[in-house]
Amino acid sequence: MKRWRNVWRFLPLLSVIALALTGCGNEQLTAMLPKGEGAEMQFNLMMLSLYIMIGVFVVVALIYTVVLVRFRRRGESDNEIPEQTEGNVVLEILWTVVPIILLLILAVPTVMTTFALDEGTEKVPEGATVIKVTAHQYWWEFEYPDLEVKTSQDLYIPTGERVYFELVSKDVTHSFWVPTLGGKMDTNTATTNKMWLNAQEPGTYYGKCAELCGPSHALMDFKVIAQEKEDFEAWAEKMKEAGSQAASDQAAQGEEIFANSCIGCHAVGSEGGNTGPNLTNFGDREKVAGILDHTDQNIKDWISNPSEFKPGNNMPAFGDQLNDEELDALVVYLQGLKVEE
Amino acid sequence: MSAHAYKKKNPVWDWLTTVDHKKIGILYLASGAFFFLLGGLEAILLRVQLLYPEFDFVGAETFNQLLTMHGTTMIFLAAMPLIFGFMNAIVPLQIGARDVAFPFVNSLGFWLFTAGGILLNLGWFLGGAPDAGWTGYAPLSTTSPGNGVDFYVLGLQISGIGTLIGGINFLVTIINMRAPGMTFMRMPLFTWSSFITSGLILFAFPALTIGLALLMFDRLFGSQFFAAEAGGNPIIYEHLFWIFGHPEVYILVLPAFGMFSEIIATFARKRLFGYSAMVFATALIGFLGFMVWVHHMFTVGLGPIANSIFAVATMLIAVPTGVKIFNWLFTMWGGKVSFPTANLFAVGFIPSFVLGGMTGVMLSVPPADYQYHDSYFVVAHFHYVIVGGVVFGLFAGMYYWWPKIFGTVLNEFLGKLHFWLFFIGFHLTFFPMHFLGLMGMPRRVYTYLSGQSLDEANFAATMGAFLMGLATIIMVWNIIQTSVKGKKAGNDPWDGRTLEWAIASPAPEYNFAQTPLVRGLDAWWLEKRAGNKAMVAAEPLDDIHMPDSSILPLVLSLGLFIAALAAIYSNWIIAIGGLVITAAAMILRSVIDYHGYHIHKEDLPAEGREGK
Repeated sequence: MKRWRNVWRFLPLLSVIALALTGCGNEQLTAMLPKGEGAEMQFNLMMLSLYIMIGVFVVVALIYTVVLVRFRRRGESDNEIPEQTEGNVVLEILWTVVPIILLLILAVPTVMTTFALDEGTEKVPEGATVIKVTAHQYWWEFEYPDLEVKTSQDLYIPTGERVYFELVSKDVTHSFWVPTLGGKMDTNTATTNKMWLNAQEPGTYYGKCAELCGPSHALMDFKVIAQEKEDFEAWAEKMKEAGSQAASDQAAQGEEIFANSCIGCHAVGSEGGNTGPNLTNFGDREKVAGILDHTDQNIKDWISNPSEFKPGNNMPAFGDQLNDEELDALVVYLQGLKVEE
Repeated sequence: MSAHAYKKKNPVWDWLTTVDHKKIGILYLASGAFFFLLGGLEAILLRVQLLYPEFDFVGAETFNQLLTMHGTTMIFLAAMPLIFGFMNAIVPLQIGARDVAFPFVNSLGFWLFTAGGILLNLGWFLGGAPDAGWTGYAPLSTTSPGNGVDFYVLGLQISGIGTLIGGINFLVTIINMRAPGMTFMRMPLFTWSSFITSGLILFAFPALTIGLALLMFDRLFGSQFFAAEAGGNPIIYEHLFWIFGHPEVYILVLPAFGMFSEIIATFARKRLFGYSAMVFATALIGFLGFMVWVHHMFTVGLGPIANSIFAVATMLIAVPTGVKIFNWLFTMWGGKVSFPTANLFAVGFIPSFVLGGMTGVMLSVPPADYQYHDSYFVVAHFHYVIVGGVVFGLFAGMYYWWPKIFGTVLNEFLGKLHFWLFFIGFHLTFFPMHFLGLMGMPRRVYTYLSGQSLDEANFAATMGAFLMGLATIIMVWNIIQTSVKGKKAGNDPWDGRTLEWAIASPAPEYNFAQTPLVRGLDAWWLEKRAGNKAMVAAEPLDDIHMPDSSILPLVLSLGLFIAALAAIYSNWIIAIGGLVITAAAMILRSVIDYHGYHIHKEDLPAEGREGK
């Protein structure tokens, strides 16, 4: 009976592993199913360090199990005083040197990969796509200086090449993280950080803010939309040319409301302010404000009272200023702002 | 027990003015336990909010306050005072001393910690607790609206002074006041760990104080140290914080390691395997602990050279830590191991801490850390080492040293129940978090969106938290029951090895009637195996000089508390008034002659006999 105590100890652990390993997570979010060159390099290092450490754990677990089974005191009457061993120099050397060797095995690829991930960031290769990312409380601004495109929330990139990022923050420190494609880099206020990401296949990948930045830190999701090079270039062309478009009377009414109430903070094309997200392709966006499903009702609710959905955010509430009819017109206008079919 | 020739004291006044390390130890333990429960409650509330995606149990702002206070409370107001509580209660006994080197300063440290702890928590009642994380990064902390972060900045500065002087006190005590025959290499491992920890405190806390002071200037006095628009740089804060923050985690864990060394040896009935290696490894961990702080900042953008250097340094710390794990295992190897609750926690610590150490090595790889950093993977890692290491150590120390401190024994059945429920709950909560992090869940998030595969693991984690809560309630019940009608303890209930077990339980006011002569490592065990019933005395029986108690430490701390609170509300008159109170207390202490009092030798037990 007493021997089984050791197995009992691992049972909760095993059941938890079983519970937690229900799949490797959401395909568009998990770092365990890499879809980017950087994420793959990182995953490989994760596995190397994990296997080395599992090896160490197995050795510890073996000694531990033997100790707990063989060297128990057999009841109150077992009063024998064991030999008071001082130590063993050979063992001390062994369990100092072997871990050092294991760490060397880990350290070499670690340093190599650390430098590889920084490759090209200071002097970007000719013709590469460069994107300036500015993090705000609680949204993401993306500018493509060479392509003369500005957008927000949905980050379009070409696949199969390293895309270079310049990361900065407007207000507090945030962190730019797309787990399936690569690791994160903080967006600081006083310095610009540089990194690259390389999406291997087209798809939509989830991005997260990964530095506590206020109440709505959890709601600062963004999307990376990776497209084949030709599709991406077509998108960029259309974005560069895009401007305000109103395809119907109601949309035109909405356009007018936008010009009166929104344009101070939000830009469409090159017209408008930049304290709030650029809305040029708002109609194409995956989500409203990064988190809400892209429905008409959600757009109305958001504009009426943004703080209800993102506590602490800077956009004022327009529910009192705009009546239902005006909101409907605004929604039609906004939904019409598209560059994709 | 003997009668003492001093006036009968009102018990409340006695506890408010005591400079006795044993009473101060109890004060620290009681306060630390209170804040542990508070921090635990904060954790339960956090986990309830994360039970379901987009759940609405507490709002975003409250959640950020809860997470900030959970971390700050657990580290600064629970773990550190509990550690100081044990250091106070036990270290002087282990070295054969009658008190610490500076008893007045010892009391001052406790009251400063109390003042800081209260100030930190006042935010809950005065418009909002701090909400920028326990790390308080600028510019979030400098721009956070309301007074919340002010309570953090000032509360921690005050309790930080308390910790710093506590560290100095133990350094001097251990260097100067060891009994004759107790060379450094005959000190128990808990004393060694306390010594090295005190050195870490001495060098690490000033960095925190500076960081907090700069934050205070930015928030209260309009400076721009961390404001990019004015040429400031928040990264400076991150450096200062982590130059403190990394040694801080070794400040937390090294005393726990020391406790485990005592407990494992005692309950294996075998001396600690590789004593010199253990001492050296502890010192090396402490030293290396100052060389690795940038591993908290791998994603800040310091560049591949900096990241690589600190990665290798971080990996190095795994080596002495591994040495310790193997030495503990081989202490038990060939021994006769029994499992009272103290040893259950010690033995449960080994696999738990090793798992935490494994993820620590995984985190030391910068490219991998670019994924792990600020995700639930890190939350898993540090809870594994802090709960699996520090908290298990504190629980083990509690069951082990309770008899020496209080003269009773905690109930074994309730103890075992506490252990198993807590152990299972702990793994159930924190193991899934490794996967949550890898699956893309950032930390410090008040909610998560549905459809991102994060639901099941979060649910499991919350269930584990409830189990830990239940275990804690059982522990509290054990403490209450034992305090009211606990079984009395003899002076040496565990057949211990070190000096504290040579005297009565609880220890008499003067600890040792005659300072003992130490003849080797595990001094008490040596005497027992040689057939002696008591330690050999190193001096004749004589009057014992004891220090005077004083209300001034409390007054001094109160003055700083008033000053800080007034400063938060920009009431500079009252703030200066508070500082005047503090200065007055310091002046009074300096100019008044404190002669102490004597316990006469006639009132001590018969010559040559210790304890009963």
